[in-house]
Amino acid sequence: MKFPSWRALLPLAAALLAAPLAASAEDIQAQPPPFTEGIFPCSQCHDKAGDPAPRQLAFHDEIQGGFKHGAPDRWCLECHDNGKRDFLHLINGKKVPFTESYQLCGQCHGDKYRDWKVGVHGKRIGMWNGKKTYFLCVNCHNPHNPRFKALKPEPPPIPPQEQGR
Amino acid sequence: MSHRNRLPVIQDAPGEAVGAGTSRRDFLRNAAAGAVLAAVAGCKPEAVVEELQRRHLSELSPERLQSMLGKLEKKWSAKYGKEVTVSAKGPMPGVNFAYGLDLSRCIGCRRCVYACVKENNQSRKNPQIQWIRVLQMDKEHGVALQHATPYYDPEKVPEAGHFYMPVQCQQCRHPPCTKVCPVKATWKEPDGIVVIDYDWCIGCRCCTAACPYGARKFNWAEPNLPAAEMNPVTDYLGNRPRPMGVVEKCTFCLQRTRSGRYPACVEICPVGARKFGNLLDPESEIRQVMDRKRVFVFKEELATEPQFYFFYAT
Amino acid sequence: MAFGEFLQGAAKQVVTGGKAYKAWVALLVVMIGIGLVGYSRQWNQGLLATNMRDQVTWAFYIGNFTFLVGVAAAAVLLVVPAYVYHWKPIKEVVVLGELLAISALIMCMMFILVDMGRPDRLTHIMPGPGSPNWPQSMLSWDAMVLNLYLILNLVVVLHILYRAYRGKEYAKLFVVPLVLFSIPAAVGIHTVTAFLYAGMAARPYWNAGILAPKFIASAFCSGPAVMIILFQVLRKTTAIEIKDEAIWKVAELMAYAMFFNLFLLGAEIFKEYYSRTEHLLYTQYLWQGIGNNRALVPFAWFSLFCSVMATIIFVVPAGRRNWVTLNIGAVLIFAGVYIEKGMGLVIPGMTPDTLGEIYEYRPSAVEWMVAIGVFGVGALVFTTLVNVAVPIMTGTLRAKGAPVTPLGAEAGH
Repeated sequence: MKFPSWRALLPLAAALLAAPLAASAEDIQAQPPPFTEGIFPCSQCHDKAGDPAPRQLAFHDEIQGGFKHGAPDRWCLECHDNGKRDFLHLINGKKVPFTESYQLCGQCHGDKYRDWKVGVHGKRIGMWNGKKTYFLCVNCHNPHNPRFKALKPEPPPIPPQEQGR
Repeated sequence: MSHRNRLPVIQDAPGEAVGAGTSRRDFLRNAAAGAVLAAVAGCKPEAVVEELQRRHLSELSPERLQSMLGKLEKKWSAKYGKEVTVSAKGPMPGVNFAYGLDLSRCIGCRRCVYACVKENNQSRKNPQIQWIRVLQMDKEHGVALQHATPYYDPEKVPEAGHFYMPVQCQQCRHPPCTKVCPVKATWKEPDGIVVIDYDWCIGCRCCTAACPYGARKFNWAEPNLPAAEMNPVTDYLGNRPRPMGVVEKCTFCLQRTRSGRYPACVEICPVGARKFGNLLDPESEIRQVMDRKRVFVFKEELATEPQFYFFYAT
Repeated sequence: MAFGEFLQGAAKQVVTGGKAYKAWVALLVVMIGIGLVGYSRQWNQGLLATNMRDQVTWAFYIGNFTFLVGVAAAAVLLVVPAYVYHWKPIKEVVVLGELLAISALIMCMMFILVDMGRPDRLTHIMPGPGSPNWPQSMLSWDAMVLNLYLILNLVVVLHILYRAYRGKEYAKLFVVPLVLFSIPAAVGIHTVTAFLYAGMAARPYWNAGILAPKFIASAFCSGPAVMIILFQVLRKTTAIEIKDEAIWKVAELMAYAMFFNLFLLGAEIFKEYYSRTEHLLYTQYLWQGIGNNRALVPFAWFSLFCSVMATIIFVVPAGRRNWVTLNIGAVLIFAGVYIEKGMGLVIPGMTPDTLGEIYEYRPSAVEWMVAIGVFGVGALVFTTLVNVAVPIMTGTLRAKGAPVTPLGAEAGH
């Protein structure tokens, strides 16, 4: 019995060895986070910390209006860092780049995070025995409204009576 | 798993094949029979003689197989107006493939069906051939085929009260289909994939009758594969163009997976319901699924022992 | 050469016959023409010209094949009573039974051939150029036993007729073992064909131990039905003598077979309906339909009606001794078994399909045409063979200088 090369197992092994909250960016090659065009870096507009009090926003109102992720107990700064706007933060205050947002998601969704790290949850493309690209949580779930949206299905198969007609 | 039936591996096992070429007597006998057949059928005698000279793949020398593949590449490159490659990769050592499908995730969008059609050069219509069939089932009844339909067509999926179960070749450990084939045109390879030699199949459809999963599809007419949509990267036992009158089915995209890539259906799935990997590697995704979740196989009572596992991640 | 002369004489005899004979042959030729037109359409279009699809991948062709295997087997099984009861015209019975078997086998093979997606690859199933999947594949066995059985019958018939043509008695040491061997071989072809279906766990309707016995029982009904009618025609139109008692004996044996066949059917239906598992669906599709899908229901009940009526006629001694009711019964049982062992076996096995889909299959025009053609070939083969064999057996067709004695006159039993 021969195993795939060590190279193939590297991302997996690394993910497993790393402590749950400390998987580092080098281990996981992921799709870029799905930013709205032109919106990142946030520091373009937010050059300093703002008012931390939850309130109705005039800008980003479409996100706030459609926010369905533990509302009304949460708002933007639960996840987005007020001081360093190009980062997110964990509960312990640690800053996390957007490319590693899974650390943030994993704080609450530990079971999904564990499954995702070993490939049981989520999606990967590339090589089954080598280099692969992970999909981040946010590539499939809108973090502000994470429930997976219904899709238009592709057409049904042609029934036997209509084949060849 | 019959070793004798294996495809001679071109790259690294020249010693495996038995006897090259056919004897003069064979040739004469075939030529005579060919002429008769051609006269009866009213078609080109050379083509028929060539057909009759063919031997079972396991009897071909690597050189003979290589020249056969070269001929096919030339023929299809001309036909489809692009450079078509036909490999015969053979299984990777130390690999036994298995598939996992998360029924709690699948939303029945059929992206996999069409990605498969495209990757594997299936006939688009008349006959329409699709290797994956997505069944819509009632939550009320569970996995019950009397309450299943593949023809659902709402505006959006998933629909309330339903769940979805895609079915394709289950790559059984005890395949009923290979057993019934009267000419050994289909067999199970050491990496677990059940393959068909489309140029050896006689189209008797015993295998389609024997398959409990409706996985085997017959080319009821000349396949309809538009040149523009033809995928030119092919394997002889995988996605290369098929002739009329033979059976085909899912091969876990062996033209991709035997080079380390994921199958097309895994990569297209928008919900990540499809898992694939090497059963012999404890870190592989499929083994992780089996370790962490509870898996089941479809129609377990038939003891076909599929290498295709269904599971509910949540 | 003597054998060449024999073939010439036989060929001449083929085209010799009265008006009725010629009209009958002309009809068969027309049937074959229809078949050729149908098959050429199928050849060009592929099997898409049929109504078979991935949901129902075997249908009318394979149903006819299955029925005809029964006819081929049962025709020779008649040899048993011929021996056991010491019938006088035993050679006639053997020869006619084997001629029917030969014709039925030719039709069987043609039905397989027209059902194949790649008939041009037929050699792949032959030992030598091909790779028959022995001993695993039942179809590869079937191909072997059907061919063996065909050769066996051809050899026996040719030997008997050729010897008779030369005015000689057949070689007992050669023929008797072969004829006796053909009896288990007849059971064999039918059993292997039953196993072809019964071995498929994917199709619960077929996957039953009762299938092979049921095949044999129904074969004992349909094959002799043809023989009964044939005996009557031949003793009216030729010099062959066949006693009433012989025909009644065949009818009596058929009565037992019919009763047993109905019993097996009842046993099957009880098991399905009483246990009501998900496997009931297929039986239900045949007898009741599922929802609006009822294509087979009228045929199933018509078949049952035929079989029950025929059984009543044949079980009552007066029924089978009256020529009118006897012949009605023979036609009824033939029709009943034709439906039961043809479409009634194949279609419910595949409806619903393995993923629960119901596709209501009905044969397409092309399938009807091809089937008409195949039956035309079979009937033509049988007609011409009988037309050659009868004058040889009665002594009117003889080699020059051979003693002219009708064979029946010196029969040894």
